[in-house]
Amino acid sequence: MWRFAGKRAIAALLVLFAISVLVFLIFFATPGVDPAARIAGRNASQETLAQVRQSFGLDQPIWVQYGVMMRHLFIDRDLTSFVNRGAEVIPQVQQAIPVTLSLVIGAAVIWVILALVMGVLATAYRGTAIDPIIVVLGVIGVSLPVYWLGEVVNLVTQSRLHDTIFAWVPSLGYVSLSEGFGPWALHLLFPWLTLAVLYAGIYARVLRSEMVGAMNEDYIRMARAKGIGEWRVLLRHALRTSLIVVVSLFGLDFGALIGGAALLTEVVFGLQGIGKLTYDSLQNFDLPVILACVLYAAFFVVLANFIVDLLYAWLDPRVRHV
Amino acid sequence: MSESMAAQPLLDVRDLRVSFRTRSGTVDAVDGISFTVGRGEVLGIVGESGSGKSVSMLSVLGLIDNPNCVVEGEVIFQGEDLLKLDDKELRRIRGKEIAMVFQDPMTALTPVYTAGWHISEQIRAHEKVSKKAAHARAIQLLDAVGIPNSTDRVNSYPHEFSGGMRQRVVIAMALSCNPSLLIADEPTTALDVTIQAQILELLRDLQSEFGSSIVLITHDMGVVSQMSDRVLVMYGGRLAEAGPRRALMRDPLHPYTWGLMGSIPPTDGTRVERLAAIPGAPINPSDPDRDRCLFSSRCGFASDACRPQPGLVEHVHGHLDACVLPYDQRPALRLEALTTVMTESGASA
Amino acid sequence: MSAASTPSPVEGSATPAPLLLEARGVVKHFPIRTSNGKKIVQAVDGVSLQVRAGETLGLVGESGCGKSTLGRCLVRLIEVTEGQVIFDGTDITSMSRRELRSRRTGFQMIFQDPYASLNPRRRALATVEEPMRTHDMGTEQEIRDRAMHLLEIVGFDPSYADRYPHEFSGGQRQRLGIARALAVTPRLLIADEPVSALDVSIQAQVLNLLADLQRDQALTYVFIAHDLAVVHHIADRIGVMYLGELVEVGDSSPLYNHPAHPYTEALLSSIPVIDDEVEKRDRIVLQGDLPSPIDKPGGCAFAPRCRYSQAICVSDKPVLQLLSDGREVACHFPLVAAATTTLTI
Repeated sequence: MWRFAGKRAIAALLVLFAISVLVFLIFFATPGVDPAARIAGRNASQETLAQVRQSFGLDQPIWVQYGVMMRHLFIDRDLTSFVNRGAEVIPQVQQAIPVTLSLVIGAAVIWVILALVMGVLATAYRGTAIDPIIVVLGVIGVSLPVYWLGEVVNLVTQSRLHDTIFAWVPSLGYVSLSEGFGPWALHLLFPWLTLAVLYAGIYARVLRSEMVGAMNEDYIRMARAKGIGEWRVLLRHALRTSLIVVVSLFGLDFGALIGGAALLTEVVFGLQGIGKLTYDSLQNFDLPVILACVLYAAFFVVLANFIVDLLYAWLDPRVRHV
Repeated sequence: MSESMAAQPLLDVRDLRVSFRTRSGTVDAVDGISFTVGRGEVLGIVGESGSGKSVSMLSVLGLIDNPNCVVEGEVIFQGEDLLKLDDKELRRIRGKEIAMVFQDPMTALTPVYTAGWHISEQIRAHEKVSKKAAHARAIQLLDAVGIPNSTDRVNSYPHEFSGGMRQRVVIAMALSCNPSLLIADEPTTALDVTIQAQILELLRDLQSEFGSSIVLITHDMGVVSQMSDRVLVMYGGRLAEAGPRRALMRDPLHPYTWGLMGSIPPTDGTRVERLAAIPGAPINPSDPDRDRCLFSSRCGFASDACRPQPGLVEHVHGHLDACVLPYDQRPALRLEALTTVMTESGASA
Repeated sequence: MSAASTPSPVEGSATPAPLLLEARGVVKHFPIRTSNGKKIVQAVDGVSLQVRAGETLGLVGESGCGKSTLGRCLVRLIEVTEGQVIFDGTDITSMSRRELRSRRTGFQMIFQDPYASLNPRRRALATVEEPMRTHDMGTEQEIRDRAMHLLEIVGFDPSYADRYPHEFSGGQRQRLGIARALAVTPRLLIADEPVSALDVSIQAQVLNLLADLQRDQALTYVFIAHDLAVVHHIADRIGVMYLGELVEVGDSSPLYNHPAHPYTEALLSSIPVIDDEVEKRDRIVLQGDLPSPIDKPGGCAFAPRCRYSQAICVSDKPVLQLLSDGREVACHFPLVAAATTTLTI
């Protein structure tokens, strides 16, 4: 197991390195893109450009520039934004991380529980009216665009019904967990639900189709022939073997969301998370921030995959020895 | 009650009918079969795909997971009609009184649990014992089915066993509650021949040790003749022939049984140029024309007499078949069937 | 290998039929990755054999013995690691892909699961026509006529020509696969477990069809199966394989009636017989599982399961030796006397 973990860690480092180089090259070596021109402004003179180049180190060979930036990012930890001169990048990222983590982890808990319940019920009651109802609910959830659903939720809870039923809903924005669990959860409740609706539908459908497939396997017939109850057959045999697929899907989605894919939810609910930060930096072509965000995102995607691999080994003994 | 029970067969199937409703009408997978299994007896059921041999036994335990399936008739097991029991009552029988072993040991075990887990689950479904005690019993059972190193192997996962060893685990699981009836559905078909010999030997040993009755479902005449006391031959969901093993193997009565036997290459070392194969394909259970001998469409002796459906007739003690051919002419007709094949080959040559 | 081991299958002819296929020291290794690093599966480990025109060679053995891999090597569906395969005087293992393509009409292969090798969207007639088009074997009309003729030969009436594979039963699909293989007028047909997925009564039909085709079309077969009784029925000569090696090879009847290798003996005794009083036979049940071709034991591969095994069997690998009846066996203690002593069987 340790060797396996070690191998994965080395691979992860290589991936991170490759991503950093790639992002750097895309922004610096793409023909027609001159970071100096972006920084200097629209009508800058040649002198200004040269000055900008010099002061940002853009006249150095490209690998030197890469090295300098990496040193500022990881060793001196004082990388500053190109756009807001003097604004350090790392504190910005550090501020955004808890927002995104809170949003995504909370939503994930909700959608996984919802999906498990829906998937198992749909499988248990397949052939009755309950199954198609659950499936249709799932499809509706998947089809609702997050920005639209979020806006509707805001409209209802923040303005239309804010004075009556939803008076308990706090205003938009993020409150740190250090202020207490109650306010933190209350502020995030609707963002969580909004994000979870989308994924719960997908996951319930995937789980249902996996479980229905599993129910046709020989080992299910064998389990029934042993004389154990139908719910035990469903949960201990069919669900247990179907979880493997759900976990791998979860790893991909969770990693991507942590890495900034929750952007729409963050924007709609006014949360200053990683998605929002990445989006803003892309708007300004603010390379240091982009680089920091992308590396951070890549780190979490790799980490999520790593955890999924470990979960896999726990769920499926067949992959343990490979 | 107990006195009369001893004389009664363990399992008494009467006019069992399993039909599936489909869009194009009702399909009779099992079409009114009756048979008994005695205590300590090994009953072999032979047939090709679509003969209803597996479906009949699955339906006995309510294991057909298809809402469009209707099971009729009576299945008397230890004085109770299994078909009248609800699912909860059936679960008390399943695995405890009647256990099953399926064809493919590669897929019969849930891949994420160890051998010991599987066996313990079965024991604890029927008996109130601690996990520890169940685990200890699992080790004993693995020993009994000839798995070396059982104290270690009890913690192995299914993929860590070879096919033959996995089938041993399945058999250990089936025997874990000392069932009085074991239903083995093609238990060796997926295995290599030398491993098949091992598993058959194991089943024989266990049967003489535990004294369970066995219903052995197979397509292999050789396997059935090595294991069974009595044999049923099924075709198209009906019994074509039933009888004591030796009588049926030596003097088969039904032309379908002749064909099944003629289809196997001789094992005694002689070589024939052509096998006495049965022409055509096994009957499709959805064939609507059912008031006849279903084999007549492939039979060399078919005539108008094959309609309506001939009933089972007992000819010698315990040896019955459903064919209209005169009983005393059967040996001659069987020989004729064999020689027809020979001349056919001569004619086309 | 000795030429003496191959009597003519063509009765009455004075000279033995010419060699059609010869394998010389064929080795096929597959590298695999395991938790303990890279390993090598020795799927086929130095097999030499000869097939004469018009005869049927049966290859028999259990799963993992390399019989299917060997079959694929014989038609170069996969590349050999070492050794040569000589078809009709030419080494097909060393020829270029282009040359091989033109030679492929000489040998065809049929498989256990014909459904997997049939294009589900192609009708029966087109399925049979396709290889003839690929090899440009005549005008459209000629190809069509020949395809219809082939469908008839394998027992279909003309109405089947427009059906798709899924409309056929298992046995019919196998017959369609045979018709397709015959389309390019091959001289050699390699059949890999062609009947083991079929119902008993259908098995017999396909075996009869193969026998008829051999007689009418002068075909040569390599018939691969796990069932010794089936192989004995169809083959003139039998090669018994164990863990990638040929352990016994010889004429069908003597090999079946008096096996010389202990493994052949065990295989034979594993065949369930219908009437055990008429056919009294020692029941030898081999202990243990099939060893894996990854960590092959040294010495004789069969020694760990052999009831006659002695010290020399574990230390020294037996080579094929000639027996008095022309058979060859790789065993230190063959159950039939070796050629040095005269013995009639």
